[in-house]
Formats: sequence, C-alpha cells, structure tokens
Amino acid sequence: MPKTKKKTRSNATAETMAADQRDISVSEFFAKNRHLLGFDNARKAMLTAIKEAVDNALDACEEAGILPHVYVRVLQVNESRFKLIIRDNGPGIVREQIENIFGKLLYGSKFHRLKMSRGQQGIGISAAGMYGLMTTGKPVVIISKVKRKKAHEVVLKMDTSKNRPTVISDTEHPEDDKLFEDGHGTQVTIELEGKYQKGRQSIDEYLEQTAIANPHARITYVTPANETVEFPRVIDELPEEPKEIKPHPKGIELGTLIQMLERTDQRQLGGFLTKDFCRVGATKAREITKGAGMTGQTWIKTVGHTEAEKLYDSIQKTRIIAPNTDCLVPIGSKALLAGLLKEVKAEFFAASTRPPNVYRGNPFQIEVAIGYGGGLGRDDSAKVLRFANRVPLLYSQSSCCSFKAVAETSWKNYGLTQPRNAIPSGPLVVMVHMVSVWVPFTSESKEAIADYDEIRKEMKLALQECGRKLGTYLRRRKRMERESERRSVFERYIGEISRCCNSIVGADTDKLYKALMKQAKRRTDEADSKLDDEGRVLDDNGRLGSDEGVIIVDDLQDIPDQEDTLFGKSTKKKKRKTTKKKTSRKRGKN
Amino acid sequence: MAKKKTTKKKMTSKTSPKRAVDKKRDAVTVKKIESLTTSIVKNSMAQKEPTFEIPTRSISNMKYNKKKRILEMGSNTQTRSLFNLGQSRKFMQSLLLAKGCKDLIAAEKTLSLRGMYYMGLHTIPGTKEKTFNDQGESDGILEDLEVSLDGLREELHVFAKKRGTMVGNITVVDNGDEINCRKMGSGGYAIPSICEPNVMQFKNCDADFILHVEKDTVWSRFNEDRFWEKHNCILTEGSGQPPRGVRRMLHRMHKELKLPVYCLLDCDPWGHYIYSVIKQGSINLAFESERMAIPDAKFMGIRSKDYERLDLSDDVKIELNDRDITRAKQIAAYPWFEGKREWQREIKTMLNNGFKMEVESLITKDISYVTEEYVPQRLKEGDFLD
Repeated sequence: MPKTKKKTRSNATAETMAADQRDISVSEFFAKNRHLLGFDNARKAMLTAIKEAVDNALDACEEAGILPHVYVRVLQVNESRFKLIIRDNGPGIVREQIENIFGKLLYGSKFHRLKMSRGQQGIGISAAGMYGLMTTGKPVVIISKVKRKKAHEVVLKMDTSKNRPTVISDTEHPEDDKLFEDGHGTQVTIELEGKYQKGRQSIDEYLEQTAIANPHARITYVTPANETVEFPRVIDELPEEPKEIKPHPKGIELGTLIQMLERTDQRQLGGFLTKDFCRVGATKAREITKGAGMTGQTWIKTVGHTEAEKLYDSIQKTRIIAPNTDCLVPIGSKALLAGLLKEVKAEFFAASTRPPNVYRGNPFQIEVAIGYGGGLGRDDSAKVLRFANRVPLLYSQSSCCSFKAVAETSWKNYGLTQPRNAIPSGPLVVMVHMVSVWVPFTSESKEAIADYDEIRKEMKLALQECGRKLGTYLRRRKRMERESERRSVFERYIGEISRCCNSIVGADTDKLYKALMKQAKRRTDEADSKLDDEGRVLDDNGRLGSDEGVIIVDDLQDIPDQEDTLFGKSTKKKKRKTTKKKTSRKRGKN
Repeated sequence: MAKKKTTKKKMTSKTSPKRAVDKKRDAVTVKKIESLTTSIVKNSMAQKEPTFEIPTRSISNMKYNKKKRILEMGSNTQTRSLFNLGQSRKFMQSLLLAKGCKDLIAAEKTLSLRGMYYMGLHTIPGTKEKTFNDQGESDGILEDLEVSLDGLREELHVFAKKRGTMVGNITVVDNGDEINCRKMGSGGYAIPSICEPNVMQFKNCDADFILHVEKDTVWSRFNEDRFWEKHNCILTEGSGQPPRGVRRMLHRMHKELKLPVYCLLDCDPWGHYIYSVIKQGSINLAFESERMAIPDAKFMGIRSKDYERLDLSDDVKIELNDRDITRAKQIAAYPWFEGKREWQREIKTMLNNGFKMEVESLITKDISYVTEEYVPQRLKEGDFLD
C-alpha cells in the first residue's frame, strides 16, 4: 500500500475559536434561511411579499375603524423583475416609526399581545423588503400620510448585519398627497426578483380568496398585463374589533411562566396570577399557590426555578375555567356566504360557525362554508380554501389541519363521491376558516395550521353541519328531478288518452286534457314547489328553507358553463337571483 | 266503392242469421268499451284518479274447480292507474287499443294481433317515443283489455296468427264455405283462429274420436298413412302449445259432436303441460276455460314406461335439464295433478329415468310404427292417462 496523505488538522484552540464566535443578527439569519419565511422561489416570494403587505394593510385599517380599500399593482420591470405597489387607506404611519416597521425584523405591535390579527410576529413586511433588497439591490419606498399631515416619502435600506434600518432619503412631495383619496394611508413599493404566473397559488388566487374572507374590504388589483380587477365590497360594516386578552394559565409552558415571572410588574404571587392571567381570581390564585406550597403573599423574587416548576404543576392540576372567547371575531355565516357568493359560481351555499373552543389555553373558533354545483368543475376533486384569521393559506395544503379534516369527513353520507382517505370529488368548494388569538402555524411562513386534535374536531363538526345541509339539498333536488320526470311521463300520455277518450265516447279533448294536466301537476307538486316559486328550496318542512346559513342560487342559466374555473372572471359578473328564507316567516307558519 | 258495398250486402244477406247474432254481440262489446272509457273520463273531470280494474292473470288468482274439473279465474283484480309511473304507459296503451277495437267493430272487420299492433302504433306528438315498442307489448295489453272488458278476443274483432291443422271425417262450414276435411291433400285444413259458431259450423261428421298430436311433423306421418281414414277419426295438431283457435275447435267438436279426445304428446314437462292446458285450461286464459277446456281429454303417450315397454334404443333418450326437472316438479304439484296417482307415477318415472322422449323417437322402431302399432294398440287396450 502506498503512503496515504496525512490529514492536516487545524487544531484550533479555544482562543482561536473564540475569535470567530460572534452575534448572528436575526435579519442575517433570515437572509440565509429565507425559505422559512416563504421566500423559497421567485414565484412564491412575490406572492408572500404581496400577502404580507395586504395583511398589514387590512389589519391597520380595521384597527383604525376604517373600511379597507386596498390597491395592489404588479408592474413587470423586465423578464424576472417586478415592482409591487400596495396602497391602503389606513391611518398611516407616523414618521418616526416608518423605518422600524419596514426595516427591522421582529418589530411590531402584534407579537407581545394575545389579540386576533392577521400578522403575528412582525417579520413579514420587513422580510419582503429585505428580499427585494437582496435580489435587486433596490430599497423599499414607503409613502405614508397621516390625517391632516403631509405625506412623507421614505426610502429605506436595511443593514442585515445589525438588524437596523438605514434611511436613504426622507422627502415630502405634494403630489403624493393625491395618492390617498381618504386623506390618509400608506403605500409600499418593493422591487424584487419574481415570477408571475396565473393559476393555483397565484397572486390572483390569493386576492380572490382574500376578498371572500373579507367581504367588507374593497380590493383593486392591477395585473402585470395592466388589467384592472375589482373585488367589490359587499358588506358595509367592519367586523367587530377583537379584544385583547391575557394569557390563560393552561396555555403557557414552563419557560414562558418563568419569563413572565421575570418580567412582571407585580411583586407578590397573588397579584401576578390574578393580574397577568385571565380567568384567575383570588380564589383560584389561592388554590394554585396552595397547591405549590406557597401563598399569595409569596414575593416574586423568592420564586426560583424549582418553585416555578411547582407552580406550573399546580396550575395543571387546578381546574380553571376556559378563557374568554369574546376576543374572537369570526366572519359570521352571513358575511361568509356573502363573500363566497360573490366569488364562487355555485348553486348551493351553506355556512356554519362553531361555538368558540380552546386549544392549549388559546381560544379559537372554526367556520366552514361550502359551495356546490353551478359552474364549478364537475370532474375533479373538491377545492379546499383554507383561511386563518381571514388570511388565505395557499401552500402546504396536505399538511394543513383543515385539509385533513375535510378528507376525514365522510362526505358519502351527504350524497357526494369520495375516494378513500381523500377529499371528496365533484363540484364542491369547501372553505375552512380558523380564528384565534394565536393560530398555530406549522412554520413561520404561515402556510398550514398545525394539527391539534381540538382544532381538527371542531373543523370536522362544522364540515359535517354544512355537509348535512348539502345532503338535504341534494336529496331534495334528486326527488325534485324524479318528480318532474314523473310529471313529464304523465304529460306525455295525457294527450294520447284525451284523444282516445274523445274518439271512443266523444269526450271533449281539450277539457279532458286540461283536467288531467291539472291532476298531473297536483300529483307531482313537489317538483313544482321549487320550479314555480322563485326560491328553489321552499317548503322542506322548514329544514333548508328556514336556514340562515344556506343560500340557493336559482337562476343559473345565464352563467356560462366555465370549464374548471374555480371562480369566473370577477370583472364580468352576472347578476344572480338569490333567495333566502326568513326564519320568522317559517316559524309563523308552523 | 259502391260496387264493393253491394257485394258486401249480398254476403250479409246470404248469411243474415249469423250477422244478426254478430251485431248483438258487437253492440254489447262496444257498450263495454264505452262504459270503461266513460268512467275514466268522469273520474278525470272530477279530479279523481283515472283507473280501471284488470282481473289478475296469474297463478295466485286462479282456482281449480274440482267439480267442473277446469281452471277458473279468481276475483282478484289489479288497478291500472294513469298516475302510477310504472303503469302510466300501459294505461295509455290500453286506451289506444280500446279505441282500435271500437273502430274495428264499427268497420265490421277483424285484425290479427300484429295488425292491432300497427293500428295503435304511432309516435307520440312532441316526443320521440312510440306508443308501442314491439308487438309483445300490444299483445299483453290486449289480453288485459279482454279480461277487464270481460270480452273475448274474438268479440274485440282480433285474432291470433293461425296455427294448427286438421284433417278427418268431417265437413265444416267456415265463413259460409263448405270444407270437406276428407279431401285436404297432404297439407290439411288450417284451423282458423276464430272458431265461434257464427263463423264455423259443423256438418256431416262420421268420425268416432279425435286424435290430437303435438306437432306438425307427427301429424304429417299420420296423414300420409291415412290414419284417420282407417280409424275413422279427426286428426288435429296444434304446433306445440295449441292456440286458442285449435282449443276452441277441439272443445266444440268434443261438446257438440260428442267425440272423445286423445292426445299424443311428447314425454316431457312441455308435453304434459300441453295436455294440462287442453284438459283444464291455461293459467293465462283461465277466464276462457269454460269455453275451451276438455276435462275428459285423455293422454295417450308417449309414456315414460314406453322406453322399456317398447324396448327403444338408447339413442332416443334426451337428458332432462335442470329447467325440465323444476318444471316437472311444478306440474306434479298443480292441484289438478296432485290427486292423480297415475300421473304422479308417470312424472316420477320420467324423473327417475332422467330423460325425455319425443313422439318421433318411435320412428327408430319403424317409419310407421306410431300409426300402425303404437296408437292402434293404445286404442285397443284403452290404455290412457286421465
């Protein structure tokens, strides 16, 4: 054997190693791991950037009590480079905060509180700016106008090594004021490397779904082809302002508890438990401290790691009432249906909102809406639209809790076909929405909801509720078809019979014909009740007809049969007649 | 036109007594059709369900009258209704055919079953649907109509395709024409499908009995051997299950001329059932048994014991299939076979043998064995099944 090369080792010492060891800034970390934030490829990056900007815009408007109007424009600069302009009519941002919000990662108002909102961590928009800077070297341009003040234009660059924004220019242009019709708002312009493609997981799809979940928002979208798509506002009412809540004792982990103990303003344990948590009163606080072998008067500073652990165990053993759920603002069946109705060309819509529930001490609520039939694609499997706090989730469908819930629901019971362990097939759109003060995403890019048993169970219950309504409708429609077929059979023969009777005994053909037709109609009146009356589902013993969570679109003939389009072109909307039965009317009858 | 009319009139005048009867019967039939229709019209106008009743033609609604030894129809009826999806089309067809029959009677003409099918056939206006898909449909409806009107097919001026032949020592008058059945050559006289007294009269009969054979081939053997001449009888054949015309003819000759009827049929369930139909009447036409059944008819052969008795060769055996076996058991269980020991034994022997035999199997003995040996011997011995 010939001599092998001797491996040379650097033999670093602790000292030489220490020379290389230094701080890693968060922004630097994310710059290298941008896929964690949803910037894995050019197409997705562009979508994520728009998504973050639009989410922020909607959050800002709602918090300020303004009916949102969001303007999105995608400009193609060259083959692979795009300029994104997102403008809202929100309250605007005060000058001092602009660079922090847009230039610093993990800076924001949303992370430190438990309140239902679209954004959570304060990473999104600055990460988008950073991505743009990295791929094109162009800074982010922010124009913001606060009420009764002049619009500011700030050009921002960020220093990734220091997680600090650098302001390149800060100017005022009088013409910028005109951008904001309402006298206030914010516009962000980001130039980035991207790819524009229509279809699934596209910007178009994202905006369409956003419009469904936010029927109170008006969204104007200018595509790279310079076409303007308008998603109109269908509800002129802002959703209620969600309340901020304190953490629930059962929703925290030991580490969080220790951190909270370190940060609290309180000095004694009793005060800490009652003030910093929700659902803990004096009695419960006594119970918890007693269980941990302490009292409410125990000084916080004497609580070390061992004591904290005892406290934590005691909390787990104590029965504590579930957190308040008034912090949740679901879209609501009515708005949900309104949103779905304007974007989905189905003939049957049903929605159901579950009562709030709790996972890991975090309150959450599930809403489900479905659209069936009409112009929806008949041959493929159903489309699942997933939302979390009104934000559409477009990626990682199969790992999402809501997708699993749809696949686990047994749709065969409701008259649909469903392959084993898969989502049902047929002209069906299923929309699953989760609202929570803290949506458990599987990753920072917020693509899929984590699979908690409590959440999946609620989703399935809501799906089943909608499914039952659909089943009733489908059975009814089938019966109706059968009845009208029966009638057509009768009608076919009545003419012959009348003529025969006329020939045999001289009976009046016309009179006999009319009498028999009348009888045929009466005997198949079930087919009639929906054909003649303008709503299709009527006197179904009040089961569907009186349901507020159901809409049946009657007049589908004027909707061209579009092959496999989930939503038709919203610019060419056809008027559709809808019928909804009032509960009161039904009750009155019974 | 004028010419035709006069010839017709001449004919009617010639056979005026017959026509008179005819007209009376026709008037009754027309009245029945009209009253059925009127009740439908009345119900319809009153917004009631238009229906009519049809006596059920199935074994469940059939009784064996032990005294008369014939099958009779029970009183069960089924309602045919326009507003029943399964019956709607049949309801319409019934009325179409009722109308057709009325028209036929008015025109003083008769039509075959196939003719009736064409008479009712057209495409329903505004659709692509035909009133009848095939003749089978209209035949069934016509039978329904017969029973619900309590009228015979003949009374509705409809006849079946004729089948069956006859030859022998008798002269008949068929629709005014005298026919000498002794001089029918090798083809024989085709028995018409309507043999009612108004059409068919008997004249000059000196036969002693009637021999009915199952099919045409056997009949030809007998005719060629001039069997009827030697044995002074009438020879008939019904091409398998005898049609109504043949049965009516046999019945009338049996009743009116007091001639005994002997049947020479195959030794298989099919042959047995032909005998049963001739003797007791059929399940489907139980309402006509009174006019058709011949309770005194005798079964001459082929007998299951003939294989041994006549020392037939193995070649004539035809194996019984599963359907034959089930059918044989069914027949043995019919109430009119149930109490007859000899018949039970006959069927049992056949089942034990495991094979059936055709009349033609006797040809293996000799070409004319059946006419010269078999039948004469049975007649001489009086060896029949009853």
